[in-house]
Amino acid sequence: MQLELSTEDAAFREEMRSFFTTEFPQDIRAAVLEERHLSRDQIVQSQQALNAAGLAVPHWPEEWGGRGWSDLQRHLWHEEMQAAGVPTPLAFNASMIGPVLAQFGTEEQKARFLPATANLDIWWSQGFSEPDAGSDLASLRTTAVRDGDDWIVNGQKAWTTLGQHGDWIFTLVRTDPEVKKQAGISMLLIDMTLPGVEVRPIELIDGSYEVNEVWFDDVRVPGDLLVGELNSGWTIAKFLLGNERVGVAPVGATKRALATLKHNAGALLDDPLTRARVAELENELLALELTALRVVAHSAGGEPHPASSVLKLKGTELQQAVSELALDLAGPGSLASAAGDDSDVPGWARRSAPTYLNLRKASIYGGSNEIQRQIIARTILGL
Amino acid sequence: MDFTYDEEQKALREAVRALATKAYGSFETRRQAVSDAPGFDEAQWARLAEMGILGLPFSEDDGGVAAGPVEIGLVCQELGRVLAPEPFLACVVHAGGLVAAAGSPEQRSDLLGRLAGGEIVLAAADTSPGVRWTAGASGVTAAQDGDAWTLTGVRDPVPNGARADHLVVTASLPDGGTGLFVVEGGAATRSDYAVIDGTRAARVELTSTPAVPLGEPGRDLTATIATVSDITRIMGAQQALGVMQAQVASTTDYLKSRKQFGVTLNSFQALTFRAADMYVSLELAHSVTEWATMVIASGTRADIAEAADRVGLQVSRAARHIGQEAIQLHGGIAMTAEYSVGVRSAHLAVLEQWLGGAQHHLTRLSAAVTDHDTVEALS
Repeated sequence: MQLELSTEDAAFREEMRSFFTTEFPQDIRAAVLEERHLSRDQIVQSQQALNAAGLAVPHWPEEWGGRGWSDLQRHLWHEEMQAAGVPTPLAFNASMIGPVLAQFGTEEQKARFLPATANLDIWWSQGFSEPDAGSDLASLRTTAVRDGDDWIVNGQKAWTTLGQHGDWIFTLVRTDPEVKKQAGISMLLIDMTLPGVEVRPIELIDGSYEVNEVWFDDVRVPGDLLVGELNSGWTIAKFLLGNERVGVAPVGATKRALATLKHNAGALLDDPLTRARVAELENELLALELTALRVVAHSAGGEPHPASSVLKLKGTELQQAVSELALDLAGPGSLASAAGDDSDVPGWARRSAPTYLNLRKASIYGGSNEIQRQIIARTILGL
Repeated sequence: MDFTYDEEQKALREAVRALATKAYGSFETRRQAVSDAPGFDEAQWARLAEMGILGLPFSEDDGGVAAGPVEIGLVCQELGRVLAPEPFLACVVHAGGLVAAAGSPEQRSDLLGRLAGGEIVLAAADTSPGVRWTAGASGVTAAQDGDAWTLTGVRDPVPNGARADHLVVTASLPDGGTGLFVVEGGAATRSDYAVIDGTRAARVELTSTPAVPLGEPGRDLTATIATVSDITRIMGAQQALGVMQAQVASTTDYLKSRKQFGVTLNSFQALTFRAADMYVSLELAHSVTEWATMVIASGTRADIAEAADRVGLQVSRAARHIGQEAIQLHGGIAMTAEYSVGVRSAHLAVLEQWLGGAQHHLTRLSAAVTDHDTVEALS
């Protein structure tokens, strides 16, 4: 047991910190640190700056821009990025379809999509959930039917995050309705500009437009856009959802949010009850960060550390708890969420209610926290 | 950065586990061992000495083997796992730790050498009624007459205070500050009682009782005492970790085997989800405990104090949660003293209040929230 980083890892962390705080576009960092909304262009610019420095997709195979880092180094990269206010690379590209294509794609698909995916020249959307297939994803009903070499896709996807910005959508479709539901699913890559694709943004409880409904009406998809084997979509989806050990819990971002809140709180921190809430959150975040370190330090090359399932569950709870504290400290100022920038209410207080409401999503997406408990109970405890 | 045991540490763990399980694998044996004073098994204490466990923290000159906090922690964990009543934490880590930190070379080699050999039991007497977790010495006063010192006051509770051959007593010094003194057990007026987890503590009354200063007479040792308490707090967390691991394992086994309504209890999601939450508490507490243990090896006094507060808060919360849920998920059987689960929860409550509960640590951490922007796991 040893607490210190090795000389090599300490130097690595310093290199990351230096790049993120001095070379990365400062205006984007400022927007993140002030918790302002990022435009599509800013998100693209951010990822391209990372990609130019070789820091957008370090976990991919080295042939496609990966860096061959250890899990610990990836963890340090991820934490330093969040601490500095650098947006993490778009998950749909960097963490989802990129690794899937590198693993399951044809050589043509890799060459066509991976460089553009790393550089966010293509913005990917995720076409998994449907109105009647949420946690029970395998019940999905969007169909793809053979027509010559092509597929004809019909159906509806729901909760497509940032789908309004999407160029392409990786989509789970039912290709065999006759077999067990998991066995009849395939993954198709669909160009969102094709005729028959319709995207309808949905207004959320925080007033934002972050998710969409995506409709497919006789969309003709060329046959070479099937990923992996026919009817192997469930295997691919499990790989996509389960291969991530780094960045499962938003530790760095939540730590930064709490530090920012302390700074903004000013004299409100004279209240002992407020101080106690902060101290409890800081302690739990420390526990979470240390658990994340235990997981990354000991999963290399093997099975994930059993504690990894704790990370999403606790990580999202703490993310939500910090947003609740912000709401409480903002008090009546939180009502001014729709007031303009000339408001007398400080920006952090105005943003507190939308942020609080928006982050309720965190315990629902990516496998709801009830699904996480189910995984812990079944897989770890054997219940 | 590394959170795993090396091969030697694993071998030590296996050896301690084998010894502990042989003695207390059956809960009934533990129950017998605590049924009467001194509240533990003297023969098992001797076996721990033979294995070298009782000298683990002390330097070779003092008769020990100079093991680090990770080794000491894993011993605490293993003893906690079987609820071993032998006072390794109270006697070796705490009282022995005070002697090691403050004693002269002669005092150390005498007292710690005999402690390591299993010849004597030491007890730290630092708590007085109405006083909560302070390194200051209210309650007992030291008086000096030439080279002779006497102590007057009451210490209560003193873990293993009636069994102890020597008491290591904190006392306020004539010129201010806090000193440490060794008092012969028989020279004090002692009344023994059982603690709720079956172990023993005592009221210790000192009435101008002769005492020998540890180290240089008259020197203020407040900071030294505080650090030894902090280290004991962290090792107490290790012990609690072993207990909590046993609680989670017992609870999952029970849910898989106990049948009601014709099915095993793990058919009920209301129960399995609660077990999952116990596991979450356990793993978070585990992470902070290992971290705090490593801080002992590499940190300053202030770092160790902060680590003790952080682990004290996290583990106290986890101990409450896991201790309560283990009883609830077992149902009535866990209310009986004949069954391990309820007694483990009792022991968790004892560890918590003996070494500083969640509210105490939270108060201290709350006072410091504006001293930093973020709490960093890696320095």
